[in-house]
Amino acid sequence: MSVTVAEQETAARAASGRVVNDFSIQIATVNGSGSQTANLVLLRSIFQMGVPVSGKNMFPSNIAGLPTWYTVRASSKGYIARKKEVDLLVAMNAETAKEDVLTLAAGAAVVYDEPLKLNALRNDLIFYPVPFDKLIAPVTTDAKLRRLVRNMIYDGVLSRLLSIDMAQMEKALRKQMGKKLKAIELNMNALKAGYDFAAANLPKRDLLVVEPMEGKTEDMILIEGNAAAAIGCMMAGVTFVGWYPITPSSSLCESLIDYLKKYRKDPETGKATYAVIQAEDEIAALGMVIGAGWMGARAMTSTAGPGLSLMAEFTGLGYYAEVPAVIFDVQRAGPSTGLPTRTGQQDILSAAVLSHGDTKHPMLLPSSVTECYTMAMDAFDLSERLQTPVFVMTDLDLGMNTWMSKPFDYPTTGYDRGKRLDADKLKTIGEFARYRDVDGDGIPYRTVPGDGMPPFFTRGSGHNEKALYSERADDYTNNLDRLVKKFETARTLVPKPDVQMDGRGGVGIIAYGTTHWALIESRDQLKNEQGLDTSYFRLRAYPFTKDLFDFIDAHDRVYVIDQNRDGQMWGLIKMECNPQQVAKLRSIRHYYGLPIDGRSLTTELLNQEGKGK
Amino acid sequence: MAKVNFIGLESTAYRGAKTTLCAGCGHNAITERIIDSFFELGIQPTDVIKLSGIGCSSKSPAYFLNAAHGFNSVHGRMPSLATGAVVANRKMIAIGISGDGDTGAIGIGQFVHLMRRNLPIVYIIEDNGCYGLTKGQFSPTADLGSTLKSGVINDLPPIDTCALAIELGASFVARSFSGDPKQLKAILKAAISHRGTSMIDVLSPCVTFNDHEGSTKSYAYVKDHDEPLSEVGFVPYFEEISVDYDPGTTTSVTLHNGSRIMLTKLAEDYHPTDKVKALQMLHETARRGEYATGVLYIEPNKQDFVDMLGIVDEPLAFLDQSRTRPGKAALDEIVESFR
Repeated sequence: MSVTVAEQETAARAASGRVVNDFSIQIATVNGSGSQTANLVLLRSIFQMGVPVSGKNMFPSNIAGLPTWYTVRASSKGYIARKKEVDLLVAMNAETAKEDVLTLAAGAAVVYDEPLKLNALRNDLIFYPVPFDKLIAPVTTDAKLRRLVRNMIYDGVLSRLLSIDMAQMEKALRKQMGKKLKAIELNMNALKAGYDFAAANLPKRDLLVVEPMEGKTEDMILIEGNAAAAIGCMMAGVTFVGWYPITPSSSLCESLIDYLKKYRKDPETGKATYAVIQAEDEIAALGMVIGAGWMGARAMTSTAGPGLSLMAEFTGLGYYAEVPAVIFDVQRAGPSTGLPTRTGQQDILSAAVLSHGDTKHPMLLPSSVTECYTMAMDAFDLSERLQTPVFVMTDLDLGMNTWMSKPFDYPTTGYDRGKRLDADKLKTIGEFARYRDVDGDGIPYRTVPGDGMPPFFTRGSGHNEKALYSERADDYTNNLDRLVKKFETARTLVPKPDVQMDGRGGVGIIAYGTTHWALIESRDQLKNEQGLDTSYFRLRAYPFTKDLFDFIDAHDRVYVIDQNRDGQMWGLIKMECNPQQVAKLRSIRHYYGLPIDGRSLTTELLNQEGKGK
Repeated sequence: MAKVNFIGLESTAYRGAKTTLCAGCGHNAITERIIDSFFELGIQPTDVIKLSGIGCSSKSPAYFLNAAHGFNSVHGRMPSLATGAVVANRKMIAIGISGDGDTGAIGIGQFVHLMRRNLPIVYIIEDNGCYGLTKGQFSPTADLGSTLKSGVINDLPPIDTCALAIELGASFVARSFSGDPKQLKAILKAAISHRGTSMIDVLSPCVTFNDHEGSTKSYAYVKDHDEPLSEVGFVPYFEEISVDYDPGTTTSVTLHNGSRIMLTKLAEDYHPTDKVKALQMLHETARRGEYATGVLYIEPNKQDFVDMLGIVDEPLAFLDQSRTRPGKAALDEIVESFR
């Protein structure tokens, strides 16, 4: 296979003369310049034409003045993972323009701000110079407004170059702007200025075209994972939220606050059926959640790596004292402050065993915005059923980027409030002992203050079945062993994996979270380009279900894909494998802060298969 | 027949497990006064939650009100736990027990924010100026120049938790001494009746590590340097208020539930509702090497944190699905906004 797919594709394109609905556009701007509106309008217009899209924002940890790149991918096949190759660059940022242009593959197109003179850099690209300042001048005389609507000009240019219907642009703009009529008018004028300029001055020389499609996006929505998770939390009946702002999780609680304000007022009194408290730090945020959960409230927090570190102490208390709590970890690139605005799956190991001593915690692993929604509800049910902190491990890519999704279904099942002692149950069991395993599943019965049931004294220190202070060896080990039994019960309750057994015993792949989208594409590449069929085990939760080990047994080689440096999930799986299973496991790692892409995955897997170039 | 309170309970109903603290520990005396206070106020023990951090002091919630749920949590973090608990069930009466290390060192951040929020809770610091459970190291309330048993001298100034609490927004701030049962009980009863944060710093000498000559938190030192601001009397709301104080020397403050706290003035110009004067007085007595005891500051009608949240009257923790899961129309409306 010496001719690369990229080369094949280029040849195919040249032959057909057009590349329809299958390319990616990268827009390089300065953050704080109002480019987000223009980018979302572009994304939405293509989506409205029926073409599957994804939008990924690569932004700095800064409010204004640093470089930002936004990538819109259109894919007729419905691939919505990041695509590494850029087919069309919109270069608006003088600071990065040169490097942005130099890294493009030959044949790519560049729309750029004319004074940057980027056309002098290379002669193997297609350049479209646009005099943005000249074009914006007649739109408005207000300097501040000029700066804000200037970016709409590139949408107008792209509308013309890529044949994106201007009516769709206008519809997307109206959707984006809501009722701000003055702003809509200004932006429309900028959009038209760009379109007219392109129509008069920029003959089409590239091959990229958007054409209306049917059957892929009609019923779909565009949403970020954090908003989806917030909707899930509200539908799960959250009554207490304790949080501390941190990128990339802030928008989860902020969206939640908006939804709660709107939909969770008592119809009679107008009072809130929830409380949200912005805590002084993440220690306090989880402390409040543990306090509220102990009282019987459905309580949650959301955070990211540095906050997770601070939550270690209370997580251990929640585990040992057996108090429900839901913790969303929208993962970003660490260690330490790391890259706050870049993505990764770097907290897997630390969340699994967060806090000192012997601890382990259930983790749910959403891959999609739909799962952000459904797993939010699962998390509340599981944390009350298991009486323990439950983590929902999303990441920046899922949480903050815009994803195409089917609309969310209204939940069909009611809350699971877990084993709460009531008068009838008390009669059956005779005597209440908070930490006694009455049913043999490791999960004891629980009472809460004010419920009229027998009280007990909760503590993070050693305790016996009756919750009394104890340093006795047998009390201690009985308790720790029961917690293990509870964890075994958790295996049967967590969301089941999604398994596709196409690999005929050869190559199996285990992946989780946002890697899913790159892997769909990669598996197609492996099959179509190499004839390599693979099985796919999409892990949806920890503790692992028995199926995981059956899957490993059923294949010769099993690749575990992690978006972290150390193969954290690979390590966690190995901890529970027998030596034969361990020998089959291979690790693929991706960790430069951007979402994993299908091509990189394919290349690395082929390398490890000994089929690399 | 044993004496019963006005809800028909004997004082034994307010007791807890047997203490495991050292004999003579000031903390045990405080525990006794807590038992007396809840008994005399006629509060159902099951209406109370007891919370603490870590340390000798934080063990004591196990030693009173057996019929109440308790939570001995992690070091310095009782305030956040209490915040979640109190907000989740606003019907419960919360009492938090902390120590000078638990509050002044590891937990100072959470302490600050609890005071600032004016969360409805009785927050007691059992203050012995040292870390008892780890064998006597200095805490941040140890006085400048006081010595450890080993002879080590404290070279940092103390944190005045009362001044801090007043400054930050607590609406009831008092200081007392574990060896003064009459004053402590009167203050505790008023604190329990107050709605908002009631912060009480109770000097409580550590008989094992901090009750020697070089300590400024020993029994002998505190006895000699205790300057009662006023004589504290407390009249619960269910008693007919018929005490006849001389208006020239008595200040009466009505608490939210109609109880009154009566302060017979000893200091001439002291009024406990003046924040600036309260702080000035604290600085002046500290300069003289004395502890001002009594109710230092009170703001009886300040809105508390739970009221500020605008939440429903019933406990959030007990709201069922019909109250907390919006209907399908709400979800449809939200989904529509993302099309």
